[in-house]
Amino acid sequence: MTASVELRGVSMDFDKYRAVDNVSVKINPGEFFSFLGPSGCGKTTILRMVSGFIEPTGGQVLIGEEDMHGIGPNKRPTAMIFQNLALFPLMRVWENISFGLEVRGVDKATRRKKAEELLELVELPGVADRYPAQLSGGQRQRVAIARALAVEPKVMLLDEPLSALDLKLRQHMRAELRAIQKRTKVTFIYITHDQGEALAMSDRVAVMSRGQIQQVDVPQKIYNEPANGFVASFVGENNIFTGELSSASTFKTDVGAFDVTTGQGVMRDNKSRLYVRPEHVSLVAKPKAGSNAVPATVEDVSFEGNFAVVHMRDKTGRKLAAELKNDSAAPPPIVGATTNVVFAKENARVLLDSDAVAYDGEE
Amino acid sequence: MSAMLRRYGGFITGLSIGLTAFWLLALVLLPYFNLFEASFRPYLPFIDIGGPQDTYSLNNYLSIFSHPTDVKLNFFGFTFLLNISIHLWVFILTIVFSCITTFIALALCYPLAFYLAKVLNPGRLATFMMILIIPMWVSELLRTFAWFILLAFNGPLTILLQDMGLITGGVRWTWALWGYSGVVATMVYVYILFMLFPVYNAMTSLDMNQIEAAKDLGASRFRTHWRVVIPHCKPGIASGCVTVFMLCVGSLLVPGLLNSPSSQWFTEVIYARMFDENDWNGGAAYAFLMLIACTVFVTLAMRLFKVGLADIAK
Repeated sequence: MTASVELRGVSMDFDKYRAVDNVSVKINPGEFFSFLGPSGCGKTTILRMVSGFIEPTGGQVLIGEEDMHGIGPNKRPTAMIFQNLALFPLMRVWENISFGLEVRGVDKATRRKKAEELLELVELPGVADRYPAQLSGGQRQRVAIARALAVEPKVMLLDEPLSALDLKLRQHMRAELRAIQKRTKVTFIYITHDQGEALAMSDRVAVMSRGQIQQVDVPQKIYNEPANGFVASFVGENNIFTGELSSASTFKTDVGAFDVTTGQGVMRDNKSRLYVRPEHVSLVAKPKAGSNAVPATVEDVSFEGNFAVVHMRDKTGRKLAAELKNDSAAPPPIVGATTNVVFAKENARVLLDSDAVAYDGEE
Repeated sequence: MSAMLRRYGGFITGLSIGLTAFWLLALVLLPYFNLFEASFRPYLPFIDIGGPQDTYSLNNYLSIFSHPTDVKLNFFGFTFLLNISIHLWVFILTIVFSCITTFIALALCYPLAFYLAKVLNPGRLATFMMILIIPMWVSELLRTFAWFILLAFNGPLTILLQDMGLITGGVRWTWALWGYSGVVATMVYVYILFMLFPVYNAMTSLDMNQIEAAKDLGASRFRTHWRVVIPHCKPGIASGCVTVFMLCVGSLLVPGLLNSPSSQWFTEVIYARMFDENDWNGGAAYAFLMLIACTVFVTLAMRLFKVGLADIAK
């Protein structure tokens, strides 16, 4: 049981601002699809429109080719996992899980059996008669997943469900969610502001800002070929240079001209910046003539174990960072040393400035 | 105690404990005990008090069974004849119509409380609350009188409906419902906030996601309320019901003004025994009987709906 979800020119206007602005995207059946963006970018609003809690002020929401206009949340083939899980505290675990079946008039014995089966599926047997308050955070998480799966939804909607868990459990639950999704083949729509979560779990990711989708792609492309400056800076770290394109593949900055790759829609006249990932940078004492090199002074080295981050400043005071693999034969430079930040043409991406800036306020 | 002594010294400690004890013992427990003791003694002429006839017995209590009368009961077109003590009958009717009043108040308050707590834009809540509370600043006596006038024969309600062409002639508004319609309507109005606020308070603590989760899982509006909202609000509902029920049973003012010729409230029976017949012993016995019966009744109701005493105190 799975279905596609399509948004066709969907907009949502609230009293004072437009939360979602003309969004169109098609999510394939059985896909693990994430909306990634800062708080206030409209991702939760999209989820609430798919679930039916709010009706878009413009455009269409389709689930499995069917227009959902006017169909309430209790009639849609979706199940939602809430950020705070919203388990019913006064019902036992099995009653929680089988609530959706109770609504559908399934008899008690069958419901109980189904609840036990689902507890097996989420690897949490033997807690059927407990109350949610008697479970740990991770266990409650699993109960919430089981409760949503019980109604056999075609589309599962997840609103940052892992944000309340501690780091280790969160990473474990990532793999777990992914496995459950693969097993059940239900379409998952996942909302998060955590890029690690989105990249690790999803088949495709939509990066959002200011109510608009900035880029939809597979995680590798989102990271390696960001569509614009917002995507590049929201997903992952960057060394950013301002300047302008002086020829098709030359970007002139205040610390020299670089041989670069241009991103989508970058032309000579429009505003763009140069982005280089710290892990694509190497530090060389004497760079080859003609290569992209920026002289810099080391300010700080933080050793993380498998890699080390070297923080530097160039002559204009711009902060630069390099992420170097741990290699005892070639240790990172010491603080105060001068070196050159060197990067290849294919890793130096000139991207359009995006007017998409994260809202500061909480969602 | 010792901490208090150290902090304030013997005099202030002694004074505050002494005053509290005086208030509790002399002003609360002593009068109750006095009435309780009197309720077991017969009502005697002054010179016989303390004489050989003045012995303890349950006669005052048992007298609730000893005023037999024939009650004609009209029930949806059927007429039943019942031979029952009139005092006991009034007592039963008082309980029944207090229950009806409590239920009507709950039925009115539940949707209102839900609207105030979960639907209304919080910015406008203060206005709504003021509209609800301001009438309650007027004394209970005036509010009861207002309804007395409103429901009077050929009173404003009748005139209004006549002018609208809905009715012709006069209507005895207080004569319906076996003669208790005026009492019930006025009590609902007078005591409704005692129901609204506990229910409203319980609802404000309900997470909106719970309601959405129930809907998302396919629950209808009714089932969402039945399985999620009402269980959550049960302590508040119980608290409101107990308060309104007890206020209704104990009310003297409202039945005094809005009774029909065929209705009586048990508090009036007590009043009549104490002040009309000067039989304080009998009145005290009836008062304690009412207290005990209501406590038992409320306890049973709480047991039935699985509410603990601690829930109500929340």
